[in-house]
Amino acid sequence: MHHLSIRQLKEALLARDFSCEELARSHLERLVRIGAELNCLVSLTEEQALAEAREADRRLIRGDCPALNGIPVVHKDVFCTRGVRTSCGSRMLDNFVAPYDATVVERARRQGMVMLGKANMDEFAMGSSNENSFYGPVRNPWDRERVPGGSSGGSAAAVAARLVPAATGTDTGGSVRQPAALCGVTGIKPTYGRVSRYGLVAYASSLDQAGVFARSVEDAAFVLEAIAGYDERDSTSVDRPVENYVSALEEDAGPLRIGVAREFFGSGLDPAVGDAIEEALSHFERHGAGRRDISIPSLELAIPAYYVVAPAECSSNLSRYDGVRYGYRSAGARDIETLYKKSRSEGFGAEVKRRILVGTYALSSGYYDAYYLKAQKIRRLISAELREALREVDVIVGPTSPFTAFRLGERAGDPVTMYRCDVYTTAVNLAGLPAISLPAGFVHGLPVGLQIIGDHFSEARLLQIAHRFQSTSDWHQRVPAGCE
Amino acid sequence: MDTSRWEAVIGLELHAQLATRSKIFSGAPTGYGAPPNRQACAVDLGLPGVLPVLNGTALSMAVKFGLAVGATVARHSVFARKNYFYPDLPKGYQISQYELPIVEGGAVHISTEGASRRVGITRAHLEEDAGKSVHDVVSGRSAIDLNRAGIPLLEIVSEPDMRSAAEAVAYMQEVHAIVRYLEICDGNMQEGSFRCDANVSVRRRGEHALGTRTELKNLNSFRFVERAIRHEIDRQIAVLESGGTVVQQTRHYDAERNDTRPLRDKEEANDYRYFPDPDLLPVEIDDAFVESIRSALPELPGDRRRRFVADYGLGLDEARLLTSDRHLANYFEATLGDEGADPRLAAHWVTGELGAHLNREGRDISASPVSPEMMQGLLRRLRDGTVSGPVAKEVLKAMWDGEGDADHVIEGRGLRQVNDDDALSRLVDDVLDAHPDQVSQFRSGRQKVLGYLVGQAMKASRGKANPQRVNALMRARLTE
Repeated sequence: MHHLSIRQLKEALLARDFSCEELARSHLERLVRIGAELNCLVSLTEEQALAEAREADRRLIRGDCPALNGIPVVHKDVFCTRGVRTSCGSRMLDNFVAPYDATVVERARRQGMVMLGKANMDEFAMGSSNENSFYGPVRNPWDRERVPGGSSGGSAAAVAARLVPAATGTDTGGSVRQPAALCGVTGIKPTYGRVSRYGLVAYASSLDQAGVFARSVEDAAFVLEAIAGYDERDSTSVDRPVENYVSALEEDAGPLRIGVAREFFGSGLDPAVGDAIEEALSHFERHGAGRRDISIPSLELAIPAYYVVAPAECSSNLSRYDGVRYGYRSAGARDIETLYKKSRSEGFGAEVKRRILVGTYALSSGYYDAYYLKAQKIRRLISAELREALREVDVIVGPTSPFTAFRLGERAGDPVTMYRCDVYTTAVNLAGLPAISLPAGFVHGLPVGLQIIGDHFSEARLLQIAHRFQSTSDWHQRVPAGCE
Repeated sequence: MDTSRWEAVIGLELHAQLATRSKIFSGAPTGYGAPPNRQACAVDLGLPGVLPVLNGTALSMAVKFGLAVGATVARHSVFARKNYFYPDLPKGYQISQYELPIVEGGAVHISTEGASRRVGITRAHLEEDAGKSVHDVVSGRSAIDLNRAGIPLLEIVSEPDMRSAAEAVAYMQEVHAIVRYLEICDGNMQEGSFRCDANVSVRRRGEHALGTRTELKNLNSFRFVERAIRHEIDRQIAVLESGGTVVQQTRHYDAERNDTRPLRDKEEANDYRYFPDPDLLPVEIDDAFVESIRSALPELPGDRRRRFVADYGLGLDEARLLTSDRHLANYFEATLGDEGADPRLAAHWVTGELGAHLNREGRDISASPVSPEMMQGLLRRLRDGTVSGPVAKEVLKAMWDGEGDADHVIEGRGLRQVNDDDALSRLVDDVLDAHPDQVSQFRSGRQKVLGYLVGQAMKASRGKANPQRVNALMRARLTE
């Protein structure tokens, strides 16, 4: 049953081919067995999952099923879950149990989804390889010596290994799309403001956005539809109706003009990945899409701008972890200053500390204009250029990542090398646009991700276009060895 | 020390706690005096993942204040984070406004000892209060109470336009009256609802450049503000006269010793790393919103004070006292409904005798057991001679104690003034008969003794005799 799509699962559950509880048990069994090898979960919530599954079975019998009744899901450990530890992959929150559910968690549950556990991640969502977790790295199901990408590496790996039909993630600079690409699954980052951030532990508030991992566009559409929408608890969420993403998939997408930005095909791109992307572009053209080559010069500035704005916000967002009220507190501090210093030095990992330092510097008096303000100007420029381009074309298409999954440790020594992972993804966050990553080929047995970027609130159209690609290709149906 | 060569320059930062039911960025209640941490929700605690949502009432209140002081209400304002670590600051930053506050410009007018001055308001911005560290509850440890965290504050920053401690207090009182008139702040200084920090510097008279300033904190009453500033001005002059220099620092006022002392650990230059709060969108308001608030503004204390002087013939001090509190002014005006009402008489009784009763029991005018209608009834009987002043005091006391309205008390206690000349003549004769010594003194030229004799007559009548008539009758009998 772990190969069935969400639509097939819904039908099978309705037909009583198996119960929600059986479905949950079967997935839990695989999570214990394969999940442990991949280290993709930090918490397995077996008892709660079975209770929720039985409740879903009762709803099934009563005949009042919400849209995703009994469908298993894993939430990235960045989403607060009442009564279940929310660690953010950090020693700092290793002991933290939130007294409330994130809106995403609440909405998934309201639609009947059964949470099986919490997914491993880079600490506080900072990283591109999932090597920055207090709970150890996640392994890529396609090659266990390689990284799954990050920061939502656990979610991506769990979906790729067929351990769960769908998982949530967050994407601040590519943290859904890049691991989706490296693990060969579908990952969507919606428009900033489309999904509530309430209960999503903040990394960089103006960039953070919840997203979905699934094995197909259709499955992703089901889950996104469940979690999207205005939330009065998040002032930055947008009060605008959520489209019916699933039924929109079958509508005629009409003529399609795809834009190919030359900046996405620069020298940093692995030529083999470039070839796979070119093949995907040809695939679109063979199926009637028009192609236009475009240029978005400011994309070159996305990485530096991102690595100022995100750390600046992070330096402030992470100030609350001071050892005073909750989370890690260093033992033996005799005064408040020492308590702060020791708790934060011992509770945070190296990459988190690096970004706090960078961000603190960027906001300091005397440097604010040169760094933070300048980065915000670049951000507006990138946003303007991308939106200008999206008036000419329906979507912008290119690689999600310049390379396929790399070896554990390969890039860990040098942060700047690591930051190059995000070269094609951060601009999208800076502009608040929606984007999706799809499996679009393999290089030496490792998946290649195709990124499709749309205009604000064009999720339905994006999903339509991506669905059309998957209807005529089978890259997304390949299964890693050992996960059949 | 020759203070006449020096001029003080004073600016105030006032913090008015806005009288909203819930906090500025969360739904937690704002009541005073709850057990520790009972009025702090996940947002106030700064738990991971929580987000702030602006309280619309707090915004309206800030706009109200801006309009009341003739300021510009920004159509676009921005919340910023002020970053610093402190145990009672749960998020490690305070949400405040920095570059684009909601209110800019504006002024209030004050007068002291006949001189009037315009005090400019630089800005007023919205921000959240921090919690409170408590050091005396758990032995050997510090405790934190976050009930206050997230309480909405309006920080009102003045220009350095004041030149004396008295002016600073007059300005503070004027702003205090304004926020209470607007009903955006209860003004309770004991509970910290209205707080003041003062920036004080001195310079040689005639100089334009500002001297080095110090910031005074812990000024939680009008009296302390005046005393602390006066003390600080003297201190700075003494330092400068002896050839020293004033150090820029924050000083804590010790009311018991009437002294200021530098605060420890505050001198390190804090870099607050302000930046726009990405969790809150810029606040955009339109003209219609501003106009709807403007049209609902009450008459403000300054306008009302001028009207009381012009229309009712009140003295400035009396008018100021009556208008310092909107409810008191309303009360006063409610006693003037009668034909032939005498505003000065009413003012005298409302601020005087009634005020004394209120003070004694620590009551606000709105909690007075004597309603304006009851007071009006008493004033009526004073004017028509039914009771004299001393008797009226007794009537008021009885009304205060719940004996009913003035007429009821006067009849019930038999306090009606005696105006009947026959009865008064008998009273006068009795008194004169009983005081032959004083009578002969008067007749030998000591006219002052008349007052004593009238007093004896009033006493004998238990205050009910009409004193003017007694005086006239007595003088007539003595000079027969």
